[in-house]
Amino acid sequence: MWKNTRHGWGLASILLHWLGALAIIGLFALGWWMTGLDYYDRWYNLGPWWHRSVGMLLLLATLVRLGWRFVQPTPEAKGHRLERVAAHLGHLGLYVSMLVVLVSGYLISTAEGQGIDVFDAFEVPALISGLSNQATLAGQVHWYSALALILLSVGHALAALKHHWVDRNDVLTRMVDPRRSRRP
Amino acid sequence: MIKKTAIATALAAAALVPLTQAQAAEYAIDTEGQHAFIQFKISHLGFSYILGSFEDFSGSLRYDPENLEDSAANLEVDVTSLTSNHAERDKHIKSDDFLDTGEYPTATFTSTGFTPSGDNEGVMSGELTLHGETNAIEMPVTLLGEGEDPWGNYRAGFEGSTILVLEDYGIDMSQFPEAMHELELYVTFEGIRQ
Repeated sequence: MWKNTRHGWGLASILLHWLGALAIIGLFALGWWMTGLDYYDRWYNLGPWWHRSVGMLLLLATLVRLGWRFVQPTPEAKGHRLERVAAHLGHLGLYVSMLVVLVSGYLISTAEGQGIDVFDAFEVPALISGLSNQATLAGQVHWYSALALILLSVGHALAALKHHWVDRNDVLTRMVDPRRSRRP
Repeated sequence: MIKKTAIATALAAAALVPLTQAQAAEYAIDTEGQHAFIQFKISHLGFSYILGSFEDFSGSLRYDPENLEDSAANLEVDVTSLTSNHAERDKHIKSDDFLDTGEYPTATFTSTGFTPSGDNEGVMSGELTLHGETNAIEMPVTLLGEGEDPWGNYRAGFEGSTILVLEDYGIDMSQFPEAMHELELYVTFEGIRQ
């Protein structure tokens, strides 16, 4: 139920995938909106507080997700050889851009040594700070990697729909239904 | 014996001081020893002040007590080194909403004249370039002290401050209250005579 097999994803991977998807889309929309807010807007400070808090939880979840991915079997890729190569490259791109966008965001707020408060519950300490012009440069990386992540995600979603409706295989359904991992 | 020699050397050195003082007037700002600060103070919504500083800059001073009108100062400031101890705020200040350090990473001050105004006091005039805009400014300055330091150099220290209107430098503060439309620039430099 929880673990992956060669045939499908377990519940742990499924939950991490969809919570990650939800958080990524939400963070992108929130980030886009909050950076355009007027100084006098009620959300001027609250928007970034949510963005940082959710972002740090997502960073934690993504590290767990990557660890789980490495110790668990991966369901086999489907389609032609070229399709499978593209899928692997696409997934690699998604993981890399996720890590880059999360770490660069962390490096913005911690650039001058302050930690990041997560929902007033705990603080993620600053590990790397004081690099030359750190917040500004990390901010640029954050923006472009977020853009890359969203574009890759759109491609990822289109590919999943293609598998589902055109190829009529179980690539999409096995990311929804953990019972598919138990079939032989 | 050693003691006597030391005293003799010290006396000889002391005797030489007035001579060298009159000759050399060029000072390097002691940024390496961090005896130099460029700070700003700007209102926050009229409630309190934000204090910040520029951490990276370099420059030179010319100071000759026998020829005060010849005093000069030249500064080059790395605007990207601005800090107010809050990474996200500093990123915002450096963005194109305000200082646009991507486009204008350097600020400079080049003095154009000096008018003594009393004991150890005067007004430094010069051109300040910030955010790509150059304005003539005047800054009242004070000589705080000078003399031999314990490590074999001769030092002179100064401070000065002036008010900058941000609009003069093409920085739009119109969405903020009147109190935030200008800032106080404070500098203090220790020069090491070259």
